[in-house]
Amino acid sequence: MVARTVLHDADITRALRRIAHEIVESRRGDGRLVLLGIPTRGTVLAERLYTLIEEFDPGIAEWGSLDVTMYRDDLARSATRMPAPTVIPGSGVDESIVVLVDDVLYSGRTIRAALDAIVDHGRPRAVRLAVLVDRGHRELPIRADFVGKNIPSATSERVSVRLIETDGVDEVTIEP
Amino acid sequence: MKHLLSTRDLDRATAVRILDLAEDMAHTADREVKKLPALRGRTVVNLFFEDSTRTRLSFESAAKRLSADVITFSAKGSSVSKGESLKDTAQTLAAMGADAIVVRHPDSGAAHQLAHAGWIDAAVLNAGDGTHEHPTQALLDAYTLRARHFGAHSRGRDLAGLRVAIVGDILHSRVARSNVWLLTALGAEVHLVAPRTLQPHGMQSWPVTVHEHLDDALSLALDAVMMLRIQTERMHAAFFPSAREYAREWGLTAERFARLGPDTMVMHPGPMNRGLEISSAAADSSRSTVLDQVTNGVSIRMAVLYLLAAGSSGEPA
Amino acid sequence: MTGLLIQGASLFGGHSADIRVRDGVIAAVGSLSPELGERTIDAAGLVAVPGLVDLHTHLREPGGEASETVLTGTRAAAAGGFTAVHAMANTSPVADTAGVVEQVQRLGERHGYATVRPIGAVTVGLEGRQLAEIGAMAHSSAAVRVFSDDGFCVHDPLLMRRALEYVATFGGVIAQHAQEPRLTEGAQMNESALSGELGLTGWPAVAEEAIIARDVLLAQHVGARLHVCHLSTAGSVEVVRWAKARGIHVTAEVTPHHLLLTEELARGYDPRFKVNPPLRRDDDVHALRQALADGTIDIVATDHAPHPDEAKQCTWAEAANGMVGLESALSVVQLAMVETGLLDWAGVARVLSTTPAAIGKLAGYDAPLEVGSAAHVTLVEPEARRTWSTEHLHGRSVNTPYTGRELPGRVVHTVHGGIVTVHDGVLGEAESIAALAKEALRG
Ligand SMILES: [Zn+2]
Repeated sequence: MVARTVLHDADITRALRRIAHEIVESRRGDGRLVLLGIPTRGTVLAERLYTLIEEFDPGIAEWGSLDVTMYRDDLARSATRMPAPTVIPGSGVDESIVVLVDDVLYSGRTIRAALDAIVDHGRPRAVRLAVLVDRGHRELPIRADFVGKNIPSATSERVSVRLIETDGVDEVTIEP
Repeated sequence: MKHLLSTRDLDRATAVRILDLAEDMAHTADREVKKLPALRGRTVVNLFFEDSTRTRLSFESAAKRLSADVITFSAKGSSVSKGESLKDTAQTLAAMGADAIVVRHPDSGAAHQLAHAGWIDAAVLNAGDGTHEHPTQALLDAYTLRARHFGAHSRGRDLAGLRVAIVGDILHSRVARSNVWLLTALGAEVHLVAPRTLQPHGMQSWPVTVHEHLDDALSLALDAVMMLRIQTERMHAAFFPSAREYAREWGLTAERFARLGPDTMVMHPGPMNRGLEISSAAADSSRSTVLDQVTNGVSIRMAVLYLLAAGSSGEPA
Repeated sequence: MTGLLIQGASLFGGHSADIRVRDGVIAAVGSLSPELGERTIDAAGLVAVPGLVDLHTHLREPGGEASETVLTGTRAAAAGGFTAVHAMANTSPVADTAGVVEQVQRLGERHGYATVRPIGAVTVGLEGRQLAEIGAMAHSSAAVRVFSDDGFCVHDPLLMRRALEYVATFGGVIAQHAQEPRLTEGAQMNESALSGELGLTGWPAVAEEAIIARDVLLAQHVGARLHVCHLSTAGSVEVVRWAKARGIHVTAEVTPHHLLLTEELARGYDPRFKVNPPLRRDDDVHALRQALADGTIDIVATDHAPHPDEAKQCTWAEAANGMVGLESALSVVQLAMVETGLLDWAGVARVLSTTPAAIGKLAGYDAPLEVGSAAHVTLVEPEARRTWSTEHLHGRSVNTPYTGRELPGRVVHTVHGGIVTVHDGVLGEAESIAALAKEALRG
C-alpha cells in the first residue's frame, strides 16, 4: 500500500494562514469569532487558527471544542463511540460568528451533527465551516466556507490528516 | 460494556472513563438545551420491583436527558402484577422493544439473571439488587469524591491516595459492596466500620481495613466518611440492642463530626435517619455531599445509559 | 416367567461370571450355558453391582404431580440403576398416616420399575409439634421403618428425643434433616466470604453441625438409632466420626452433588445450583469424600428433588431448593470416588445398595449377587463418557446441575426382582413392566 503525500507541513501552515485571513475578512461588522474544532484533529486546527488570528488581530476570536458524537446519525449502527469533551468559551455562542473547524470534509454528516449540536448551546449570528481538506462525495447539502485544499478522491481511497499535536507530524496523505 | 451489573467488573481505566463521560454529561446541564439526542429512538425501561422514588426519578431523568423513550414499571403500581415472575415481566418488556432495562429488585442476583439467563437480549443496568450491589450509586459516590477533591482538574484522574471510611450496616448494604470494589479499583484506601453483627462473613478477605469502633477510624486523616442507612427493622433481628446504643457507638454524632478534619467530606446515599446514623450537624454542614450526590447521580446514570444503549454493540469504538 | 441369563459381567468390577435369574431370584452364578428359551443379556465389559437403593428420594406424589409422580420417579430411578427408592414424606397430603404411605407403596408395586419404600413423617404435617402415627405406619402394609420430616428439621429437642425413643419401639430410625432453623432464617447459600460478596444470606455450617451434635448425644442417651440426612460439612464429618468412636448408633448419608459441586457455582445466581443443605467449600467436598471412603459416612443418597421450571426460572431467593439426581448419581459417584481411587466397585455397592438397604430394613440386599438373593442387578459400563444434558433425564423435571459436564459411566441394564427395567440403556415400556410386576406379585 503506497501512501501519497498531498500536503506537506509547509503546505498545511500556508493553508491555515490563508484560512485565518479569510475568516477575519469574512467577519461582518464587529462580530465575535468563536472557532469550534470538532475533535480530535479539528480541535487542534481550531487552536492553530486562533493563534494565527491572534497574531494579526488580537482579541477578536476565541476557540473551543465541539463534540458531535451524541448527535451523529449512525450512533446506533456502530459500536459505542466514546465522546470527547465539549469546551465552549466563557462568553458562549449567542450572537457570535461560530466557525466550525474540521480536518476533512467528506459526506457532510459530521457537520450536520455539529450544526445540531451548536444550536443546543445557543443562537449564533452565523455559522461557518473551515476544513483543511475537502475530498468531495457529499451526502448532504453542505459546503465549506474555507477550504485548505480540495483533494478529489475515490471513495475507496483513504485520506489521512496527521498533525504534530496528535500524530507527531504535519501531513496529509492519500492511499488506495 | 454490554451490561452494568457489578462494580467488580470495572477496571480502573473503564471506571475513569465513565467518570469523565459523566463530567461531560454534567456540563450539558449548563447549556441552553439540556437534552442530548444520543438515545433518540431507543427505549429504556425502568423496572422497579422495589420502591425507590429517588433512584427511579434519577434514572428517568437521565434517560430523558438522553432523549430516550422511557417506560417505567413499578411493582408498587399495577404494572407489575404480584406473582408475575421476573422472567415473564422481562420478556414482556423485551417484546416491547426495550434496548436497555434498568432493574431494581429485592433479590440479590436479579440483574445478573436478567442479563445472563438467556431470557432477553437487552442491556441490563443494575439499579440495586437485594444486598448485592448498586453500581451507579458507587460510581456517583466516586464522582462526588473526585469532583470535591480535585475540582476542575478531575478529568482522567482516579482516587489514588484518598482515604474513605464506610460506616454502618455493611452486611445488608449493596452500596457498601459496590463502593468497596469501585473505590479500591480507583486506588482509594477503604476502611469499613461496623459492629461484628453487621459485618458480612469473610469481610476480612476484602481489600479493606476493618474497624469495629468508629472512633478508631475517625482518628485517621479521612478524606470522606460515608454513613450507611440503618434500617430500623434490623433491631428486631438482634443486630444491635437499640437505636440509642447504635447512634452512640456508630453514629456520626455532632461531637464526632466536630472532631473530623476540616476537609473531610460527609457522604450518605440517602435517605438519612437523622439522629440515628447521622446527626443534623453533620448532614447539613458544608462538608456534606448529600445533595451533590443526588445531582451527580443523574450525570453518572446518563453516562452509563449512553455506554449501554447508544451503540449497536457494547464495545467502545 | 422366562429365565434370564446375564453373561460375562464383571462382579463388583472383579472376576467375570454369568448370572442366572429364575422367578425373580438369582438361581446360579458361575460359568453357565444358556438354556432353552432363556433370555440372555451380553454383559461383557460391564460391571455388575447389586441394584442400587436410594434412601432419600422425593417422588412428589401425592400432591406434587406437576414435578414428579411415583411412575416418572421410579422410571428415573431405574434409568439410574436403582431398584429401590425411599420416598420422602413431604408430599401433599404429608405421608403422616397409614393411608398415604400405603398408597405410595402400592403405586410403586403396580408400576414395577423399583421397590418404593415410603418414609413416614416424624411429626403431623411435618410441623414439628406432635408425633405422627408412627406405629400405624410401621404396622401398615407399607411397613415403614424410616421416619423423617425432611425439608424440615425436628428441631425441638424434647420432640426429637421422644421420636428417637418411640420409633425404636417399632425398629425404626429417624432420618434427621439437620438444620437449626433460627441460624438459617432466610438462608440462601453456604455462609462464607462468597455469600458475603454475593449478598446472599448465609447458611452456616454450624447450623448443621450443632443439630448433629445434639442428636448423636440424644441417640446415645436414649439408646436409639439415628440417621443423618445429606451431611454436608467437614465439621459434621468430625462430629459423626466422634460419635461412632463412642459407639453411638448413627449412620450418615451424603448426596452425589455434595461430593462434586461447590459453592462457587452460586456465583452466576443460576438457581439450578440452589439446594438445601447448600453446596459447600472445596475443603468440605474433600472431607466428605474421605469420610465416605473410610466409612464415617455410610451411604450415598440422591436427595432427588424434582421441581417444575417455574420454581427454577426465577431469582435465586425465589427459587426452590433441590436438584434431580437419580439418573446421574452413579456417574457422579464414579467420578468423585472411583476415579479418584477412594472406592472400588465393591465399595460403591456398599454405599449405594447394601448399606442403604440395611438402614431402611429393606430385605433382599444383604447377600448381593449371591445365589438365593432377590435378582436386583445393575450393569454399568464404566468406560462410557457422556456430556450430561436433560436428554439423560427420565423424570418429569429437568433441574439437573450437571448439564454440560462430562460424566463417566453409563447404566446399561437394570434388573429389578428379575424384571429387566432398563435394557441397553432403554427404559422398558410402562405397560409391559407393570404387567411383569403383576405377574411376579402373583408368583
Ligand atoms: Zn433434607
